[in-house]
Amino acid sequence: MTPRSQRKSPLLALLSFGFVALWVLIASVPFLWTLWGSFKVQGDFFSKADWTNALYGVRTLVETGGTFTGNGYEGAWIEQEFWRATLNTAIVVFFTVTISLTLGTLGGYALARSGYRYAFWLLMIALVFRAMPHITLVSGYLLPFFQWNIWGHLSTTIIVLVAINQPFTLWMLHSFFLNIPKDMDESAMVDGCTRFQAFRHVIIPVMWPGVITTGLFSFLLAYNDFAVTAMLLSQDNQTMVPKIASFLGTTQVEGNVMYAVAAVVSATAPLFVLVMVFQRQIVSGLTAGAVKG
Amino acid sequence: MPHKTFLWFILPSLAAMVLFIALPIFSVFVQSLYVEHDQVLITTENCGPFGCKQETTVDVEATQILKDQAPLGKFNGFQTYSNRSHLAFAELTQAWSTATNARDFFGQILNLPFYKALAFTLTYTFVVTPFVIVIGLGIALGVNALPAKIKGPTIFVSLLPMIVTPLIGSLILFWMIDAQGILGATLQRLFNDNALSLKASPSLTWVMLFVYGVWHSAPFSFIVFYAGLQSVPSETLEAAMIDGASRWQRVRYVVIPYLTPLVTFITLMQLMDNFRVFEPIVGFSASANATSLSWIIFNDLRGQDSQLFGSAAATSMLTILGVAILLTPVLIRTWREFNSKTV
Amino acid sequence: MYFKRFAMAGTMALMSTTAYAGCGLTSGSVRILSNDFPAVHAVAEGAEACAGDGVTVSKNQTAEHKDIQVAALTSNPAQYTTAVVANSSIVPLLSDGLIRPLDDLVAKHGQSLNKNQLVTIDGKVMAIAFMANAQHLFYRSDILEKAGVDVPTTYEDVIAASKAIRAAGIMEYPFALNTKSGWNLAEEFVNMYMGTGAPIFKAGTAEPSVNNEHGVATLNMLKELVAYSNPDYLTYDSNATQALWESGELAIATMWGSRGGAMLDDEGSSAEVVSATMLSGAPTWGGGSVPASTLWWDGFTIAQNISDEDAEATFVAMMNGISTDMVKANNDKAVWLINGYVPGKAAEGIAQTANAGAVPYPMTPFMGAMHTALGAEISDFLQGKESAEQALMDVEAAYTTAAKEQGFLK
Repeated sequence: MTPRSQRKSPLLALLSFGFVALWVLIASVPFLWTLWGSFKVQGDFFSKADWTNALYGVRTLVETGGTFTGNGYEGAWIEQEFWRATLNTAIVVFFTVTISLTLGTLGGYALARSGYRYAFWLLMIALVFRAMPHITLVSGYLLPFFQWNIWGHLSTTIIVLVAINQPFTLWMLHSFFLNIPKDMDESAMVDGCTRFQAFRHVIIPVMWPGVITTGLFSFLLAYNDFAVTAMLLSQDNQTMVPKIASFLGTTQVEGNVMYAVAAVVSATAPLFVLVMVFQRQIVSGLTAGAVKG
Repeated sequence: MPHKTFLWFILPSLAAMVLFIALPIFSVFVQSLYVEHDQVLITTENCGPFGCKQETTVDVEATQILKDQAPLGKFNGFQTYSNRSHLAFAELTQAWSTATNARDFFGQILNLPFYKALAFTLTYTFVVTPFVIVIGLGIALGVNALPAKIKGPTIFVSLLPMIVTPLIGSLILFWMIDAQGILGATLQRLFNDNALSLKASPSLTWVMLFVYGVWHSAPFSFIVFYAGLQSVPSETLEAAMIDGASRWQRVRYVVIPYLTPLVTFITLMQLMDNFRVFEPIVGFSASANATSLSWIIFNDLRGQDSQLFGSAAATSMLTILGVAILLTPVLIRTWREFNSKTV
Repeated sequence: MYFKRFAMAGTMALMSTTAYAGCGLTSGSVRILSNDFPAVHAVAEGAEACAGDGVTVSKNQTAEHKDIQVAALTSNPAQYTTAVVANSSIVPLLSDGLIRPLDDLVAKHGQSLNKNQLVTIDGKVMAIAFMANAQHLFYRSDILEKAGVDVPTTYEDVIAASKAIRAAGIMEYPFALNTKSGWNLAEEFVNMYMGTGAPIFKAGTAEPSVNNEHGVATLNMLKELVAYSNPDYLTYDSNATQALWESGELAIATMWGSRGGAMLDDEGSSAEVVSATMLSGAPTWGGGSVPASTLWWDGFTIAQNISDEDAEATFVAMMNGISTDMVKANNDKAVWLINGYVPGKAAEGIAQTANAGAVPYPMTPFMGAMHTALGAEISDFLQGKESAEQALMDVEAAYTTAAKEQGFLK
């Protein structure tokens, strides 16, 4: 599969491998540390006395009788019913990504193929839209949403997340569509397809690497969002991140920080599955094939 | 593409953006031109669990009459933009006339909240953006050269800094860099300096925020470049190889030009996101040493007993303006590219 | 003095508020907005017991409650029928006329309330308080003994004790308060300033008056104190100071009384630290007699933009939420202001602070702007970047800008 052109000298290979290895280390250590620490008590993981406590679980032994404890997970999932938040996140994420990508591919394709100046200006305006800090936007939504009685629902949050992520989605997909040669869909149109048919039958099959990558970012936005979800969802509809934030406590009262840590670790697991499933799509290089065709 | 087809393709997307971004931006702009009504104040006796005392309160009824007369508030023009919390024209003029030397002048300017925040925001943007692009490209090239079997897990691990909720990610890192934390203690040992604290020193706080920014955003540019690399046509690479190009030359003259549109895209997004830097400042409790424009907005709107909507609106509009100025060079470039393509 | 009253409340004859099925309601909608901590969870659960038979009770308990309460109560009908507030967060609701007077409801359903639970503004009851809080002193009796110092009652004593502990080589940084820049740091300034007895605003107006000798003295006192605090002090919020305390790294600290319960339990700390942890009232300073602290209450309000039926249902449900039965079941979750509360060790600090005559946190409408200005501007002085006078000048300038925007100053 690897083309000859991508083979290289041993030194360079070692250097590039070393760089990736270093990066993997830097990227993963905080996470592994968290994973390990999630089985300790707060006094160990956030030890003010000695950080090695987090490794050996000194306080964990004193407080629970073992050096590992599942208390954080038990507290988050059973006592605090974290699964409800997980369910809400699943709904929000699924619809946000689907709707974002549907709107985004249509719009991005049109922008990449239009050729008129206004397409450029639309892209620019979308960029200006994106510059608006989310905190200000959300504060502006509150009063009308309360007035129209649409505050607190998952559907409202989904639409808001789709909308504020549209500029990014449009830009990214537009860049990817520019890389797909015009001849492909235009030749299909010469063969008698309408624009939409050409899009449907010629472009959709080759656009997946771009769409999957864009989808990944829409996913992360919806998954990790705090600014919007914390302010627009009622307690029953809370998604994971605001729920995790609520474990942290307030100025006056102590929270259950270890619940938050355990919840964060659990929240990463579905992402692992997702990336493993979709990495084939990213790797497969469909667009490269398309360029040849 | 005919106008009509274009319209149908873009309509859903456009409608969502107009409704939820354009209209709010317009209303925020209008809001930034107004300040609240004069509040009619009265002194009342207020009692509670801890006794009674005379306090100044708002006469709600009298103020309501004023509010009903002009629901938007008091028109203030651009004065909110020029007050001390924003562009501070009066204070600038005063600093200019009283400052004894350049150092004093800049000291006075950086004592003003907006300029203090702007200084950090710009430094952050221009330090973090290039690092993110270069490191992301490096990882993408490196991962692309890995055997297929370990690519998947490597991609996942590389994405971790972006995946883990910043809320918790920064909390954990914050403890790691504590003087008693693993990183903080290691650094102290490394430099043999027991007073070394990443949290106390302003310059080290800045460095820490930069490092966090790069760490957090590098996966973004990595994954975009990586997806882009998959679409570099292999014939071109092979042709270059037959011509005797070394690996470096192939990267430099074939791969990178092919990735240029993506570089533009990443630069745009990163300049913009970094200009709006905010989460690490909150996560690392760094606001004593570093504030950003988005942080000022946050400070006006959240967690306060009295929210300053007009002030936040003005800072938001200035942020948009700042982003627009920042992006101009990239935009001019895109404009040229766009024109060359349409011709 | 006020605390003596509710400390005795347990022995007082109880008036009838035992929960009756459905709380005697037949219809109405109760919608609660509150902060997110165990004591208000307990109150909301008590209110939820009234659900059924045409009465619905829903709740939204979130740390973001301050940010949404004004918008949520402005809409008509209001999203929530009651907002649980503190003496600072009630202010925007009062100023915008979003909560209704409760006198009629108190007369009808509030016989069991203590007089000190009624929060009255200009003679009208606007909120029903149910718990109290304040920052006060925590100290380690074993370390003070080892260093040979008495329990500090003034901040001058605190400095002397810290100095002695440092000199004895026991701890390098024996002292801490919640000095994270922003809201926490501003709160410490306000607490300290209250110890001088001077007003923050010129009487009857919104004009600031902190740039004076009291303000300078306050800043200097804070600076002297943080010299005995770890250099990271500008990042210290309650979570950080509590963690430091529990790991035995502190000998004296000023922290929230509401954290006392968690620090006196066996979780997160060793028996040695817990058994020597003592709570006492907030110190005075500078020869003053008023403790350098502010008193806080939490209470519930009823929204203006709702039907009378819902208002009544909400009041009755919330009264059930703050019933004596609830207090008995949740005695140690807070320092309750309710009949039946038996103060424990964790309440001592707050009680001493209140009895020594500490003042409540000001309920003035422009205090929020002052608090924000303080939080943003005084860290420069503590870090040695500018003089106390310059910092206070910046505070007043930042405050004036904000107060003008809010219409308090012209």
